[in-house]
Amino acid sequence: MPTTGLSLVRQHTETIKPPRALWVPFEFGRPLGAPNNPAFQRQVLLAALKLLEAPEGPVVLTDFPQNAPVSAEEPPVLACPYVPPAEESNTTDAEKFCQAFKTEMASLRPWYELAMQKRKRTTLGLSRLSLDEMTDFICSFLAEAPLKNPRQDIPLASELRYAADDLKAYYNEAVTAQPGMETSDSKLLAKWFWENTVAGKVLKTVREACARSQDKALQGVAAGQLVPRGFAPTPAPRPEPPK
Amino acid sequence: MPTFNTFPWVKGPPLSERRVAIITMAGLHRPEDRPFTRDSGDYYRIIPGNVKSSDLIMSHVSLSFDRSGFQQDWNVVFPIDRLRELADEGIIGSVADYHYSFMGADDPLKWEQQGRFLSGLLKKDKVDGVLLIPI
Repeated sequence: MPTTGLSLVRQHTETIKPPRALWVPFEFGRPLGAPNNPAFQRQVLLAALKLLEAPEGPVVLTDFPQNAPVSAEEPPVLACPYVPPAEESNTTDAEKFCQAFKTEMASLRPWYELAMQKRKRTTLGLSRLSLDEMTDFICSFLAEAPLKNPRQDIPLASELRYAADDLKAYYNEAVTAQPGMETSDSKLLAKWFWENTVAGKVLKTVREACARSQDKALQGVAAGQLVPRGFAPTPAPRPEPPK
Repeated sequence: MPTFNTFPWVKGPPLSERRVAIITMAGLHRPEDRPFTRDSGDYYRIIPGNVKSSDLIMSHVSLSFDRSGFQQDWNVVFPIDRLRELADEGIIGSVADYHYSFMGADDPLKWEQQGRFLSGLLKKDKVDGVLLIPI
């Protein structure tokens, strides 16, 4: 079967030596270079497909000559969603934290809805929870009293990871629908989410709670599937292997 | 990192006559499909050629790559719209009826047998050009 492909790590491709590959100088997660840029994606795609017509092999590895385009405009500093201070009451810290999280979620809802209208899609759906169910489910880990697993087909720990993935997607889809943000830098988006939103703080706290859990699967999720290494405050302990 | 002792070089017709399929490592699938796991025997998901952008989500386990590009535009990971445009313009022959999605970040040698099996299925779909896309 004739194959051609993209390569994000040239050194790996030099070792494996597939028949045809186009090395691209793009970040992981964006093999075609740039979202919302059909012309650039087409250039990359055509360069890879044309290798199928390369006259001689058996190993062809070429370099794509351009970096991924970035927005000509300096991206605006992403604003932290406004969260009013919690009123003093008999609520627990976990409940106040959860309330601030829900308020922030609601404040982004118009942008998320606009994003769905514009793109005619959403990448949420892994957890199969509604936004309200997802928020309650994640909040229950703040109180270290997880709700009953809403899914019968997958373990609780997997459902937590999928809910966290859906939550991150919700924030990213919403904020990238704001003016000037469509081609924004992924690192800026990650920094915004993990350092400036209540949701980011919630997931970091959930990670710590899972690391303390007796549930090995939750410990495993805490160790590497909730918060990227660069934003996790301290390494969560890895679960001990079964004896 | 696997290395190979053989270097097969398979030629084919001009690009304008090729039928092209995508194999992605991005852990993509339809919402109704099972999310990817590391369970033994969990290899790939099938993506129908007429898939809509609203039909694909990502359950890749790794946190080591950007997802915000895919969240804005699926073509930055799975360039099916671009491929369809090239087919409409006659630059490629056609787009396959089925594409396949794996979840990378694993030992690719585990997939060798499945790769050979999929190669047979791709031939039945008359595919003669496969585009391999990492994440």
